[in-house]
Amino acid sequence: MPITREHELHQRRSGRNIGLAVVLVGFIGLVFGLTIAKVQGGGTLEAFDHTYRPALDPDHVRFQQR
Amino acid sequence: MTELRTDISYAPPGEAEFSDYIALLKPRVMSLVVFTALTGLLVAPGSLHPVEALAAIIFIALGAGASGALNMWWDADIDRVMARTARRPIPAGKVAPDEAMALGLALSGIAVVMLWLATNALAAGLLAFTIFFYAVVYSMWLKRATPQNIVIGGAAGAFPPMIGWGAVTGSVSLEACLMFGLIFMWTPPHFWALALFMKSDYHKARVPMLTVTHGRAATRAHILVYTLALVPVALLAAFTSIGGPVYLAAALVMNAWFVQGAWAIWRRDEAQAEADSYATEKRVFRFSLSYLFVLFAALLVEAALAHLPAYATLAAYLPVMELF
Repeated sequence: MPITREHELHQRRSGRNIGLAVVLVGFIGLVFGLTIAKVQGGGTLEAFDHTYRPALDPDHVRFQQR
Repeated sequence: MTELRTDISYAPPGEAEFSDYIALLKPRVMSLVVFTALTGLLVAPGSLHPVEALAAIIFIALGAGASGALNMWWDADIDRVMARTARRPIPAGKVAPDEAMALGLALSGIAVVMLWLATNALAAGLLAFTIFFYAVVYSMWLKRATPQNIVIGGAAGAFPPMIGWGAVTGSVSLEACLMFGLIFMWTPPHFWALALFMKSDYHKARVPMLTVTHGRAATRAHILVYTLALVPVALLAAFTSIGGPVYLAAALVMNAWFVQGAWAIWRRDEAQAEADSYATEKRVFRFSLSYLFVLFAALLVEAALAHLPAYATLAAYLPVMELF
């Protein structure tokens, strides 16, 4: 069966699939918005692997405490 | 060679639509959760970034929905018997029980982790406890074990404003406890009024509601006692930092009305109730919904008015319990 052909299953489940797509897009948008909000809010940003970690840098900690 | 095929053209008798998965999350309960959690979040001292606040409300509601799905999974046998719940997705054959359980567990995890990331560990911990309390303590244990199921299980519905408060402040205070207490004390008379006119359903499902185990006269007395016990909790909130004259006025009127309704229920016997098809019980049940809505709306009004200098002067005449 060619994959381009619309099966009855696709029609039957289109509502479900569209609903799930909307939820996933909304979730992505929310996580993106949260990321922007957290970055705008300040606070120390740091990764954990093979990278500079401000929290472990005594100079940075002293600077933060000033 | 044998051909392996999956017959995808087979349609089960009641295939789930997207709306059936939404129904699993008990959207009507979620709307109450959204409203009370939003109130807790808005009346709390301090503020959140609007996106963080939106995320907090969405994930608190999602957590409540997840516990609803777990409740429907566990209680499918009861739901099948009761007319009020027989059309829910699992008894209707639209969603498989395992699917509901998986959805409930997955959404619980997502809601708790995301609330933690969006706000703080306290709010996430309270949400996790709420889900556990509703799904395990209430649904799996209390509901089928004791006529006090509604009383203790009501705590699950009472947590959302406390979670909203905790999301902003990172702590729990007297005000958060009073909002919790308001819903906690309101739940028993609300559900017992419903149980009075839905008795045959609970009886059929062998759920030990107070009406089944202790009789209807005892249930009527319990409604009155719990409504009277609700009054001080509701009034006390007026004298804390979240209350004020508007809330006090609303609480006085709504509590007088609720007590009058509970009194009327207590005074009636079964013959009178059956004669008018439980008109008083139905009226009090409907009123109890407005009761909670009006009091939480009054808290929101207080939070909005607090920014007006003229109102702050008026509110200063109300003794606030600085002690707490």
